[in-house]
Amino acid sequence: MESYALLIAATLSAGTVLAIAALGLLINEKAGIVNLGAEGMMLCAAIAGFATVVHTGSDLLGLAAGMGAGALLALIFGALVIGLNTNQYATGLALSLFGVGFSAFVGTGYVQAKLPERMRFEVPGLADLPWVGPALFKQHPMVYLAVLFTIALIWFLERSRAGLVLRSVGESPQSAHALGYPVRSIRLGAVVTGGALCGLAGAYISIVYTPLWVEGMIAGKGWIALALTTFATWRPARVLLGAYLFGGVTMLQFHFQASGVEVPSQFLSMLPYLATIVVLALISRNPQWIRVNMPASLGKPFYPGA
Amino acid sequence: MLKLEARPQPSGFWRIASPLLALVLTVVIGVVLFLALGKDPVQGLKVFFWEPIRSAYALGELVVKATPLLIIALGLALCFRSNVWNIGAEGQYVMGAVFATGVALMADKASSPWVMVPLVLLAGVLGGMVWAGLTAFLRDRFHANEILVSLMLVYVAIMVLGYLVYGPWKDPLGYNFPQTKTFEAATQIPRLFKGSRINMGVFLALLGVLLLWVFLFRTRAGWAQQIGGLAPHAARYAGFSSSRAIWLALLVSGGAAGLAGALEVAGPIGQLTPYIPVGYGFAAIIVAFVGRLHPAGMVFSAVLMSMFYIGGELAQSRLGLPKSLTGVFQGLLLFSLLACDVLMNYRLRWVPKRVEVA
Repeated sequence: MESYALLIAATLSAGTVLAIAALGLLINEKAGIVNLGAEGMMLCAAIAGFATVVHTGSDLLGLAAGMGAGALLALIFGALVIGLNTNQYATGLALSLFGVGFSAFVGTGYVQAKLPERMRFEVPGLADLPWVGPALFKQHPMVYLAVLFTIALIWFLERSRAGLVLRSVGESPQSAHALGYPVRSIRLGAVVTGGALCGLAGAYISIVYTPLWVEGMIAGKGWIALALTTFATWRPARVLLGAYLFGGVTMLQFHFQASGVEVPSQFLSMLPYLATIVVLALISRNPQWIRVNMPASLGKPFYPGA
Repeated sequence: MLKLEARPQPSGFWRIASPLLALVLTVVIGVVLFLALGKDPVQGLKVFFWEPIRSAYALGELVVKATPLLIIALGLALCFRSNVWNIGAEGQYVMGAVFATGVALMADKASSPWVMVPLVLLAGVLGGMVWAGLTAFLRDRFHANEILVSLMLVYVAIMVLGYLVYGPWKDPLGYNFPQTKTFEAATQIPRLFKGSRINMGVFLALLGVLLLWVFLFRTRAGWAQQIGGLAPHAARYAGFSSSRAIWLALLVSGGAAGLAGALEVAGPIGQLTPYIPVGYGFAAIIVAFVGRLHPAGMVFSAVLMSMFYIGGELAQSRLGLPKSLTGVFQGLLLFSLLACDVLMNYRLRWVPKRVEVA
């Protein structure tokens, strides 16, 4: 029983990483922009955050540095895609390839680096409950913040005027432009916000989740987060649930390993990737499901005045 | 202020000039980077652009690395021209190497190279096709996004490789190193010269250049394939099957990447190791774009990208810089290219500030 409580705790932690990144990408995509550079942004943010904690000892500064790195890279991506109308897929791919190389380059000196003693977090009172305490209430504050952020995002997108404008820019930029909304600035804002959240997720991995720096340590989580927005058919609550589901799949492999299942470790490590493929195929099977919620102008450039 | 003004049609001059300008931009950023790192930028540039061409041996190594890049990029160019975003060539390359190894390990002292070499290469092609075929199947049958599926399969392929070299295929006499035994001589891809690692793979690559050129620009099927990418509605109206285009693009590019993997394990490396994936599948994406998805253009960009690989290795041994410098420059080159391509479709115009008349 106790091991299941720990499994749940680990699942929430792993899911939080995916949720933060995927919610960021969701904001991009609601504004009509696909950023395939998530993996690259997360890697650069992971090393930026890690290095900051090594030098300053402050987790908070590290997370902020990660957000800054993600936002900066997203700004470059946005300048190209929105300012110069470059192809979104190719530009995002460039960002991912650059991020893989750049993070490895910058991070060479930090491979053996150790972080100061990690803090333990407990929700006072609740953490001592039997079973439920270790499962739910001994998490990093980010885990709870991710849930709050999801609720806030649902409110923002569904209930606020600004959220409506953001969605209109993703559905029909021409109409939004005709109504006088600054389509390009709104898209850029969404892209930078998305980058900052991907950065936060990347830094959370290297500072809290793992905590260490290894070349390529994001290991496809940026791509899985991209897939998550599709799985969730662009609904924030489903993004969060999907993220926990995938966090669970990731953790299941360690659970199997610990319980001594006779399967080579490589096959267990494949699980998250295979699960992504299977779920993607199942969800995409009915194009109707996707089309109903997909921002109508997703991936399409917008030329003002054209 | 400067304004971008749309051209009535894409500029032919900038189609060629943009990759060159992008290279210049990348070099300029590189010089700044070297200065920032406290390294002599002249040394840095020499390592990337002079050392790889200064001797016959160096030129040979340049070709050895350009060959797989070119072969993979040829397949990817067909994909991208058909608007099929296969970005999992790295996985197809690995599976090509794995399938080729499966055949190569069956060879013994009595095997004939006339039988083994073609079999090894065919196995590689098959491996790449199977892996890309998975993506084609899921895209065609389930409409699953090929970008995400092909990329996820890269991770899966690398795990399969890991399982094999740490498990069933590990050389029992290999001091527990995760690698297969060295392949029999009969499987070795024939080399062209003594003292150089160039093998006949380079002919296959050049043959591929020719074949792709003929297919794209001289056959009806090649034309139909590209219409699907340029104008999907027109293609559907003309009765060109989009699922045929998806399958063809992915099987050809998967086969090409698999062939490159086979040439690599049975060529310069000579055994299967966990270090087979070195990013050729991703670098080939850049080769394809920088070469303008044109068979002849990609010959040049493959050589350029090969220079980046060799330069990165030399920067590590000579200048004490991390080898990942290669990836930084590759990414910068693609970024610069995308930015410079704006000049293809737009003209820069100096527009005087408008004065409001009351």
